[in-house]
Amino acid sequence: MTDFATISPKRMALRRFLSHKAAVGSCVLLALMVLAVILSPFTARYGVNQSVRKPPNTFLPPQKLAWFGTDDIGRDLYSRLIYGIRVSLIIGLFSALISTIVGCVVGAVAGFRGGRFDDVVMRVTDLFLAFPFLVALLVIRNTIGSIHWLTVIIGDKSSARFIVFLLAFFGWMGVARIVRGQVLALKEREFIEAARAVGATRRYIVRRHLLPNSIGPIMVALSFAVVGAITAESTLAFFGYGPQAGDGATSLGILVGAAKGAVQTGYWWIAVFPCFALVLISLAINFIGDALRDATDPRLDRGE
Amino acid sequence: MLRFALRRMVWALPTLLLVTFLVYIALRLGTDPLQSYLRTNPRASRDKIEQYKAVNGLSSNYVLGYFHWLKNFVTFNWPRSIKGSREVWPELKDALVNTIRLGSLATFLGVVIGLLVGMFAALKPGSRRDVAVNTGAFLGISIPPYITAVLFQLVFSVYWSRWFGHTLFPTSGVYPAGHTGFDLVLMLKHMALPTMVVAIQVVAVYSRYMRSSLLDVLNSDFMRTARSKGISERQILFRHGVRNALIPVVTIAALDIGAIIGGLIISENIFAYPGMGVYFLSAFGTGDFPLLMPWMVLVVASTLIFNLIADVSYAFLDPRIRLD
Amino acid sequence: MMSELVLSIRDLRVTFDTPLGPLEAVRGVDIDVHAGEMMGVVGESGSGKSVTFLAAMGLLPHRAKITGSVLLNGQEMIGAPNKVLRNMRGGLMSMIFQDPLSALNPVHRVGDQIVEMLQAHQSQLSDKDAAKRAVELLDIVGIPQAAERAHQYPHEFSGGMRQRVVIAIAIANNPKVLIADEPTTALDVTVQAQILEVIERVQKTFGTAVVLITHDLGVIARVADRVNVMYAGRNVEKGGVDSLFDHPSHPYTRGLLASLPHEGAERLTPITGFPPNMLMPPPGCGFAPRCSFANDGCLTSLPALRSFGDLETACLRAEQIVIDGARP
Repeated sequence: MTDFATISPKRMALRRFLSHKAAVGSCVLLALMVLAVILSPFTARYGVNQSVRKPPNTFLPPQKLAWFGTDDIGRDLYSRLIYGIRVSLIIGLFSALISTIVGCVVGAVAGFRGGRFDDVVMRVTDLFLAFPFLVALLVIRNTIGSIHWLTVIIGDKSSARFIVFLLAFFGWMGVARIVRGQVLALKEREFIEAARAVGATRRYIVRRHLLPNSIGPIMVALSFAVVGAITAESTLAFFGYGPQAGDGATSLGILVGAAKGAVQTGYWWIAVFPCFALVLISLAINFIGDALRDATDPRLDRGE
Repeated sequence: MLRFALRRMVWALPTLLLVTFLVYIALRLGTDPLQSYLRTNPRASRDKIEQYKAVNGLSSNYVLGYFHWLKNFVTFNWPRSIKGSREVWPELKDALVNTIRLGSLATFLGVVIGLLVGMFAALKPGSRRDVAVNTGAFLGISIPPYITAVLFQLVFSVYWSRWFGHTLFPTSGVYPAGHTGFDLVLMLKHMALPTMVVAIQVVAVYSRYMRSSLLDVLNSDFMRTARSKGISERQILFRHGVRNALIPVVTIAALDIGAIIGGLIISENIFAYPGMGVYFLSAFGTGDFPLLMPWMVLVVASTLIFNLIADVSYAFLDPRIRLD
Repeated sequence: MMSELVLSIRDLRVTFDTPLGPLEAVRGVDIDVHAGEMMGVVGESGSGKSVTFLAAMGLLPHRAKITGSVLLNGQEMIGAPNKVLRNMRGGLMSMIFQDPLSALNPVHRVGDQIVEMLQAHQSQLSDKDAAKRAVELLDIVGIPQAAERAHQYPHEFSGGMRQRVVIAIAIANNPKVLIADEPTTALDVTVQAQILEVIERVQKTFGTAVVLITHDLGVIARVADRVNVMYAGRNVEKGGVDSLFDHPSHPYTRGLLASLPHEGAERLTPITGFPPNMLMPPPGCGFAPRCSFANDGCLTSLPALRSFGDLETACLRAEQIVIDGARP
């Protein structure tokens, strides 16, 4: 007699995820990073605006005093990197969360209702996504930043809060498309028909059937939204439009932006460490997103 | 099919007007053209100010102002720049030409190589070469282009000359300073680095698209039918596999091409390549409305045109979506 | 009485390498198909019936391990060079599948897909002649306004019409054998009858041997000449359709026939139990764990096909079962 052990779909998805070694490694790496960043009062060796010692303290190469060297006014790059990563991770996470929530709602409604609303939403997001990203980012940043009552709510345009909302404004469209696609695919399935036959309201169907079955693509969309937000923030900062707080606070993007000048001067640590950190974070989140996508929507094309 | 295309085209003009109107509002709010003008010309007379406002369509009513601006724009009565009072078109034209050169070369190379690489990987999924391609593509999309650009700059400008004593690829400009006339080799040398930076991104993205799309197709039932017909492997791969896999890829490529003229800002900035990106950054930095609006119109028009091309080509390639 | 053998499968074994171990989908199957006959192959999902013929066509992925012999018109197909196989596929032997929508390339016109099949094996045909022949084929399978419809795309056809197109493609080069893998399963009942009729007509008109793979006994009863019953990767019973339906010898076949709805019965009598896990196939008869007639011998020794009256059976206890009056 043979008996097949039953595994729930969630367990199977988890197993598939865990079989992606790169993704698992990335999870570990990110967890360590987040931990280091949360415990920043302990893991950082100096304050974010604090000089390493009395002059001469500028542009010191990596040494015992400053593990990653010092910057143009003598601050420890290692500590600033920790604080910077903290800021960027927070910005990335929050804006991705907002994007995902808004995107889920819009995408689910558009996909489920179809009709005019869906058409309009699709055309608008189509055009927006086709437009060159950086241009749109910079222009909208200035436009929103000049509408006085908006900046009262979401902060001045050089503040981190503003950037969170700005990036969320761009991010929701990608999420909406993904969710809409998923809803369209699910809409025709029999269990939805069955729910309708039993008299379930549209809202109930969306809430209890469509969204839970879309968790996979939503998680994937979320992870790519985070990476997108972090990269966008660093691009903004690279051009000098990043979050400024005046008191020496920094972000990963600002630190990477300083790499531009370091090229000519030969102070390689100014460029290498922040860039390396950014690339590592991007890679890690991308790996996780990719593995999530595979775990929730497996294909039989990995040579099996 | 033709009806489909015509219907789309009919919508294009109103959309263009609407989007340029929104751009007009956004730039007026965002760059405050009046203030920018006053900052550069603090002692301008009332007449001059009124004239400036009229020519740029800056009346207090945004809708009226837009139509004033539009009228001037289509009659080629373009206002001069705020800073330096320069003619807009010559500069814009040069920038456009430079960016089209760079963008089309990089995109062409990137897409062709990307598609081939993606095909290469999809034919043997899970194999070592597939893993290699995947990893490479991953790195390509995870490393933001400005980092690659800075890295290239470092290697080629600073270290190469240090090691080899001469500069292989220059890292700025279209030609060395002071050069006049057309020299293909010199131009290509200067374009080499920014082209590589852009092309790397494009290759990474398209190899993933192609691999994913081709794998989907190769696992479809109609591939089995094709094989059961006993036709040659090459026919199966190209007439059935690639032909179907290209459908979504071509659509995306059309959109990307539309974004070229506004999309190379980062590379142009880092390599000091005088194209549309550099033009935009400097105009935007000084809030130069008369310089910015024509630039925007070009970019919006390009986006819309290629959006249209993408839609039409999708319908052309995939008969299933030719809804009438 | 028996016409010549067109397809002869001997001791075919197919094993797949899966992450959970080797999976023996086909464990020593013998099948003979004669010219012009309609051979039904019956079995449930997992019996190996489709894999057997996919292996014969050479359509299994490379990692499948195939041993045994498949003689088509006297030529060995297992291990044959690619050129021979390509010649065979679509030329001497064709296969049609279950879902006609996904079987057709959605971006090629229907007529072009037939032309492709024609020109692959009759390269001397000009484009014009091939197109003409394509329209003729569409007509033969019963598609109205064939000339116009040849220019349409698959999504513009209904399910039944699409399956006719698929059949038209398969018979384009007048193959000796047509393998139909569950051709009616994805279609409405009313359309099923039409498709079967088309297949029968084709068989009679062109003298094509047809292998009809199905799990539906009703289909078998309607059109098949001979039947081959498969279970757990092996043959369990073979014979003419009338004999098999009248006096089945193998308990599995009995069970299948008994589970059909029939008049007078208030409830359905399914076969209890589940098909075996082919990663760990039972050492003895594949059906023994579910068989109400099985004894210890059945569980340990793997039975081979042998003559039993006008049938062939793989049941060790076939005689005993009859003697016992078919009561356990």
